[in-house]
Amino acid sequence: MIDTVSAPAAKRQRPLSPHLQIYKPQITSITSILHRLTGIALSFGVVLLVLWLASAANGIETYEQMQNFLRSPLGLVMLAGWSWSLFYHLANGIRHLFWDIGWGYDIPTMTASGYAVLASATVATVLVWVLGFMMAGGQ
Amino acid sequence: MGPYGKNPGRLITPLKRVRGLGVSREEGTSHFIAQRVNGLALIPLTFWLVYGVIAHIGSSYAEFMDWATSLSTATLLAFTIMASFWHAAMGLQVVVEDYVHHEFVKVCLLALIRISCFGFALLGLISVLKLAL
Repeated sequence: MIDTVSAPAAKRQRPLSPHLQIYKPQITSITSILHRLTGIALSFGVVLLVLWLASAANGIETYEQMQNFLRSPLGLVMLAGWSWSLFYHLANGIRHLFWDIGWGYDIPTMTASGYAVLASATVATVLVWVLGFMMAGGQ
Repeated sequence: MGPYGKNPGRLITPLKRVRGLGVSREEGTSHFIAQRVNGLALIPLTFWLVYGVIAHIGSSYAEFMDWATSLSTATLLAFTIMASFWHAAMGLQVVVEDYVHHEFVKVCLLALIRISCFGFALLGLISVLKLAL
């Protein structure tokens, strides 16, 4: 290991992000890792949104092909993952914004807000799918 | 906090700062703030988008087009697309910077992220315009 004090500055060991494989799971670390994973998933989700809009802009045939794909088992799995990721990232993003103004940094609040984020994301996802099926008229 | 304590600019020559690789190449603060302002804008836009999508699940193409072609929908869709891709590009950039340590692979991935986010954002915006106009 390179000396962290006397070595030339550019060769000093820079701090690294935690190794996910050996990091003991806690609600704080799990919510942090999930924020990143859902963020990555949502980057693909927003591409799906754009493809949906592009299919509609292209004409009724491609729009209906896209709708059929989204109603297929693979499409529904993607939409389910997308909706949970969206609500999770939204709720945990709001949690992050509170931290940024200095609120909720003590461990009990952080633990409680972590579980609250997981619960609200799951409830919102279920609610949206129930509403969605009602709007689709049981199709 | 950077390698030089709370005031990275204090009593340090530019050469010394470069050798220490600086504090996230001096762009860290504006990146941090832009990511959060984007996130803040995306909170109401997300609720609006989810409502809009659910409300049109059972709609016909004509009903969907009525919604999608209105001026307010087109404006908010364009806003959502721009804010989402900007937010995604910044977030993915940080993930790559944290976990990809091979310099060439890192630079390639960062370029790929920016190019694809820009490209898909353009496709989204042009689709919204084509629907609305």
